[in-house]
Amino acid sequence: MTQNTSVDSVFKILTAILAASALLILIITGYTLLSGSLPVLKIFGISFFTGTQWNPVEGREVFGALPYLLGTLATSAIALLIGVPLSIGIAIFLVEMAPRAIRVPISYFIDILAAVPSVIYGLWGIFVLRYWIVDYIETPLSTYLGWIPIFSGTPYGLDVFTAGVILAIMIIPTISSVSREVISAVPNSIREGAYSIGATRWEMIRNWVLSYGRSGLFGAVILGLGRAIGETMAVTMVIGNTVGPAAIPTSLFKGSQTMSSLIANGFLEATPASLELPAYIGVGLLLLLLSLAINIIAEIMVSRVFKIKGGAIE
Amino acid sequence: MKSYAYRKFKDRLFFVLSLTCVLVALAPLASILIEVIIRGAPQLSVQFFTQPAGVIGGSAGGIGPAIQGTLILIVLTSLLGVPLGVMSGIYLAEYGNNKYGTLMRMFNNVLTEFPSIVVGLTVFIIIVLTLGHFSPIAGAIALSFIMIPVVARTTEESLKLVPNSVREASLALGVRRWRTIISVVLPSAKASLVTGTLLAVARIAGETAPLIMTVLGNQNFFQGFSQPMDALPLRIWRDALLPYPEFQAQGWGAALVLIIMVLSINISVRWISTRSGR
Amino acid sequence: MNNKIIVGIVVIVAIAAGIYGYMYYSSPKTSQTSISLTGSGATFPFPLLDTMIKQYETQKTNVLINYQSIGSGGGIAALEGKTVDFAASDAPLGAADMVMAPNSLHIPETIGAVTIAYNLPNVKTGFHLSGSVIADIFSGKVTTWNDPEIQALNSNVTLPSNNILIVHRSDGSGTTFIFTGYLSLSSDSWKSALGQGKTVAWPVGIGANGNTGVASVVQGTQYTIGYVELAYALQNKMTVAAIQNPAGNWILPTLNTIQIAVQSGASKGLPAGGGDWSGVNLLNAPDPQAYPIVSFTYLLVYKELNVIPGMTQDRATSLTQFLWWVVHDGQANAPGLAYVQLPSNVVQIDEASIKSITFNGQQLPTS
Repeated sequence: MTQNTSVDSVFKILTAILAASALLILIITGYTLLSGSLPVLKIFGISFFTGTQWNPVEGREVFGALPYLLGTLATSAIALLIGVPLSIGIAIFLVEMAPRAIRVPISYFIDILAAVPSVIYGLWGIFVLRYWIVDYIETPLSTYLGWIPIFSGTPYGLDVFTAGVILAIMIIPTISSVSREVISAVPNSIREGAYSIGATRWEMIRNWVLSYGRSGLFGAVILGLGRAIGETMAVTMVIGNTVGPAAIPTSLFKGSQTMSSLIANGFLEATPASLELPAYIGVGLLLLLLSLAINIIAEIMVSRVFKIKGGAIE
Repeated sequence: MKSYAYRKFKDRLFFVLSLTCVLVALAPLASILIEVIIRGAPQLSVQFFTQPAGVIGGSAGGIGPAIQGTLILIVLTSLLGVPLGVMSGIYLAEYGNNKYGTLMRMFNNVLTEFPSIVVGLTVFIIIVLTLGHFSPIAGAIALSFIMIPVVARTTEESLKLVPNSVREASLALGVRRWRTIISVVLPSAKASLVTGTLLAVARIAGETAPLIMTVLGNQNFFQGFSQPMDALPLRIWRDALLPYPEFQAQGWGAALVLIIMVLSINISVRWISTRSGR
Repeated sequence: MNNKIIVGIVVIVAIAAGIYGYMYYSSPKTSQTSISLTGSGATFPFPLLDTMIKQYETQKTNVLINYQSIGSGGGIAALEGKTVDFAASDAPLGAADMVMAPNSLHIPETIGAVTIAYNLPNVKTGFHLSGSVIADIFSGKVTTWNDPEIQALNSNVTLPSNNILIVHRSDGSGTTFIFTGYLSLSSDSWKSALGQGKTVAWPVGIGANGNTGVASVVQGTQYTIGYVELAYALQNKMTVAAIQNPAGNWILPTLNTIQIAVQSGASKGLPAGGGDWSGVNLLNAPDPQAYPIVSFTYLLVYKELNVIPGMTQDRATSLTQFLWWVVHDGQANAPGLAYVQLPSNVVQIDEASIKSITFNGQQLPTS
């Protein structure tokens, strides 16, 4: 039985309070953004979240955040469409198929993808990736399939598609590392059971391992979505920076705007006491709410799979 | 029933597909590293590291203020982020096996994935607008919002790796709980605590969005705590968007410096971890 | 072994920090107490301001000026938030801004022109546009390069059938203010639908950050058209259109045609520095050889400097002296960078404004 002196209690309480730092930061952020955006919310109410016009010109102000919400969702959706299959393929390869010798180096390189700062992804995006995408993907698609609405518009590389591709690359380390843990956590008895009835390796993976790890893999995907929603710099540099109804992502090859890129581009110009700054803060509030919701859901799903325990002494 | 040959074919096919996934994911990494090196390496010189930016049309100068600014930010942010993060991680690891701990752990993890632009916006409103000027301290506070949850998480993981026998032995000798944590558990986890902090430093060194609205940027070296300051990621962003080739080239050079900084931290952390057998 | 590596890393960081600290303290500028001034705002005058600042700093070695070009809107916002010592803007303060930044002075420091830059692979010279056609392009009414409206002005040029890709500003910009002012004068439908502003509700096109961003995109992508301040267009050897002026002539933007515009335009009837400049513009100047899209660009500063937190007598004096230098000796830098010098009547207005700057009620020396 451990002795509990008053110093022990003080220490425990002190660390317990500091453990709430994250929650405190979230509360401060939420409160600041809510109070900062009140002026605009009072005037426009729900139409701030459903409107599409964005006009800060004096006398004709109208602010609507919907296009940027759609831009965030569209780029994240493309990121998931491209990134999830790649990430799960990587996870399967590393856990089930790779010889032990290359497992560590390859997983290390995948993790380095996560270490590259976002602004460098953006730099590479505008000077390298964008031209590659225009030449090899967008122009052929536009020439042959340009009649399909999603491929309409003249491709110049600074658009929803490029932003989605860069986001996909950035979320691969997140999704693949969690997927790796999920797949590794599948008990070997399951694998042995599959082999014992004559399944090939791929059949074992597909029908036994992946279905066993279904919920964990889904949690990994949501985690990746949370990361994609919060990404700012790389997206800002390649998304095309349109405003208002022109920002609604109607085509992969048209420029758009996400909630985070709108703020990064515009808030410095927002005059403090006009309606413009509260409007940007309002978009920030929307982004905060969406990010909180998705990330909390992701955490709950992933922790359910791993049942993380705390406390060294029970 | 499908023939065995077909099933075997599918097996091989998916092996190739999975391998392709790996190669497709690694190709951008190779491209980024190659481009940054090719475009940035010609910029490196003593002048590049120590001089402020030059005049348009004259000598392009260097990114000295940006490097200094990033170093200063790292120090200031760590002063705030490391103590708070470590204490937070201590709670989660040593006392946190309850509902409160689980909840705080969840919020901590949520904050690590938080949009950094929102952090910048908040600190801009709370600090820059009320103080009336941009400041390295505002930048450090914004970056610490990101650093604290990362350090808390790595501290928790480090402390949980210390075997219980160590704690029990200490308690059995009559050492108080808090003293056990500070004098026995923390030192045992020293290496992984340091590596965790270094990884957090690498993360915040590359953050741009929180800095746009808090330190703004500066053409000159550090001017004091009530003036704007430059930083590497800011310089990369601003230089990259200038249509003057000599400044774009500086942006690539700055990107090379930043990548070297971040990757060398990551590589040395890995190396330490594998050598110590974890 | 681990400990040694960790110690090694810490030592390297300490050495790096030491080197930088040494440089900071040994650099001649900071060995005395240096005076720091901060300004932010328009991207258009950035090349000129940057050159002027660096030249001024070599003459006055204890003064360090930091100018961040984040867009005119950003400058005005910073002025209103009093987070900078001076701001720069291509757009004058509007009515609401004047309420938010009371008792501020407009000090025109140079003159700029908005050019219409384009990227057509086979059309390098002789491309004509008029104000109403430009308005139709940027409002999305005209979508292809060989549209009859454009072709009508360019009868001896073969225009491609490609779509026009419009590039506009994504940040709050005085350049946009000047450009949309011109479009409002040229097209009634533009005026009623979109109007004039530092940002407008662009119906088509992509947005780029700063004059620099627009120049980058137009140069890097074919079949684009954008509006860029003259200095950036000339520096980057961009292809620009000749615009029809009120006299009916097709005028290319050059230092000469802009100077003519300034001299013949509304250089008479300008307000005093502390007055209302919101109606001032040099658009559609009457001379037959004048380029039609011309404007002042302003430095904005409070008349009484003690409203800025952290302002001191020394810094206020330095700021005043810097401003005086900008409108006098600094002007010599302009032609080499493709900016137009201030005509003498504007310099006189600026002199009166700068002399009226006070700190704690006291007038400040100008040199």
